[in-house]
Amino acid sequence: MNQNLKNAAIASLLAGVIIAPVYGLQILRRGQETYLQPEWKMILGGMLAVFVIQLVNAWLRQRRAGKVAAPSRFRIPAISDKLRHRAIMVLVLFALAWPFFTGRAQVDIATLVLIYVMLGLGLNIVVGFAGLLDLGFVGFYATGAYTYALLYHWAGWGFWEALPLAGLVSAFFGFILGFPVLRLRGDYLAIVTLGFGEIIRLLLINLNEFTGGPDGISGIPKPSFFGYQMVRRSMDGTPTFHELMGWSFNSQDVVIYLYLMALVLVLFTLYFTSRLIRMPIGRAWEALREDEIACRSLGLNPRNIKLSAFTMGAMFAGFGGAFFAARQGLVNPESFTFIESALILAIVVLGGMGSQLGVILAAVLLTVIPEIAREFAEYRMLIFGLVMVVMMVWRPQGLLPVKRPQVELES
Amino acid sequence: MSETLLKVSGLTMRFGGLLAVDQVEFDVRRDEVFAIIGPNGAGKTTVFNCVGGFYKPTTGEILMDGKAITGMPSHKVARHGLVRTFQNVRLFKNLTVLENLMVAQHTLMETGLLQGLLKLPSFRHSETEAKKRAVQWLDFMGIREYANREAGNLAYGHQRRLEIARCMITQPRLLMLDEPAAGLNPQEKRDLQSLIDQLRREFGVAVLLIEHDMSLVMGVSDRILVMEHGKPITTGLPDEVRADPRVIKAYLGE
Repeated sequence: MNQNLKNAAIASLLAGVIIAPVYGLQILRRGQETYLQPEWKMILGGMLAVFVIQLVNAWLRQRRAGKVAAPSRFRIPAISDKLRHRAIMVLVLFALAWPFFTGRAQVDIATLVLIYVMLGLGLNIVVGFAGLLDLGFVGFYATGAYTYALLYHWAGWGFWEALPLAGLVSAFFGFILGFPVLRLRGDYLAIVTLGFGEIIRLLLINLNEFTGGPDGISGIPKPSFFGYQMVRRSMDGTPTFHELMGWSFNSQDVVIYLYLMALVLVLFTLYFTSRLIRMPIGRAWEALREDEIACRSLGLNPRNIKLSAFTMGAMFAGFGGAFFAARQGLVNPESFTFIESALILAIVVLGGMGSQLGVILAAVLLTVIPEIAREFAEYRMLIFGLVMVVMMVWRPQGLLPVKRPQVELES
Repeated sequence: MSETLLKVSGLTMRFGGLLAVDQVEFDVRRDEVFAIIGPNGAGKTTVFNCVGGFYKPTTGEILMDGKAITGMPSHKVARHGLVRTFQNVRLFKNLTVLENLMVAQHTLMETGLLQGLLKLPSFRHSETEAKKRAVQWLDFMGIREYANREAGNLAYGHQRRLEIARCMITQPRLLMLDEPAAGLNPQEKRDLQSLIDQLRREFGVAVLLIEHDMSLVMGVSDRILVMEHGKPITTGLPDEVRADPRVIKAYLGE
């Protein structure tokens, strides 16, 4: 007990030393003069808080040590296949019902969440499964968005024609990037991919004539519904969606429609990726992550496997990008900064590398929390960092770690 | 069909100023267990790495079944039927035992992307077949009960056996074992010896072996190559090698 008191006292003293210059000294200005006024309430309050927390913490730790073999603090049971299927079904039903019970703002946020889910699932292939740290994922996202934007701008393509091509072009960029980074691992790979993401952004800014430079491209149409446009009045006189349905135009319908489109794309991505990881190619990705030399000794060609991971991941980023362009109606390079890459990577890491359900959960958390905590917008990055640190300390395997065996032997 | 499966001639490997392997020559016949022995640092593993395509030899020629595989990347060498284990076991530790064997069949499985995505019957068929083969090998090695366990959690002896199973499932013609008895207890060593015999008899695979454990080497090998300081000293039958004064000198000194 004595020891605990001593420790707590030292901790609170240190806290005092840190708090005093940061918060405890108020700069007051009276006329020409400036002087410092100590804020004792703040300093002492902080010190007291640290003191109490340290004491309680020590006490809790001792109590816990008393119990024999206390299991780890947060143990979420490994999810069985059946349970996972059910969880996904419930999630999908919930997602389907969502727009019909909530307001416009909520549906809008949910659409954003779905875009991040798509991106997260794509990056999950590269980082979670193949174990290739990619910090430039946003480059492929941008490629997809600009593919649609440019196709619309220069050739008048609609969303649905442009979507597959956006995926293909992004996949192609993934393939191209794959070549130079084949020999790289870990840190080196991260740096090269980071550079790639920035190059794409700088290209978009500087190819003024072609991409509209920093202003980007605006007026990109929303997806149509089997050829019927989702607008108040169509420009070329073709009937619009609300005319077809005999409704009066309501902008809420457009938001809901966009949301449902995003949901369809996410479901497609989810199906595609969860099939991939149960196929030989998915196993090869995981094997490559574990041991490249062993892979080679068994006749697996690491080059092809890495390239396929990059290509597939980039393709989904491309789909996400095209949808993003359609939803915003405007693309500019500012939407594709490094911080986006970091966010997507955070989603994958937070969700639990390689865990698809985890990625979905993390995408929801990391998109919704900043929206809810708008008052704390200035502290956003701080909170973000704090969450990451806490996660790494308490639950480094992510929110919902993968239940490993993809193939199981029934006895 | 010639008697010789693998023919290595004039193999030299130089790392900067260090001559790790100097003019090594040997050949491995079909259904033969051929061992390379020698004191530490004799260049045995370097020979392995050259043959397996992990190093590009400075000079020399390696023929597999009459085809030159010199300097080929390792994954292509593996497709010629040369598959190896490693001195310190290299399993896919976070994958299950079964999955380790599934991955190894990657090159044998011919499923297209579309078949897998749509879960077509042909895909299911090839998956079940792969699983069946994996189970056969698990049974053969006596580690079936651990099929769903992560490979890294197996006992060391079982990891060794799994690594050999993972090689064998690729249907190699030449199995290269790099110190397979290292870290095994006496009972496991005896099991290993009978396993090598059995593999050769039942599956007709030739074995190229590096090993320090003399009782295993003498008991299992048909012919032995002795190396010292990167140079071959002698090649011969176990009894000849055992009696050769140069070999005794290499191991025990003057």
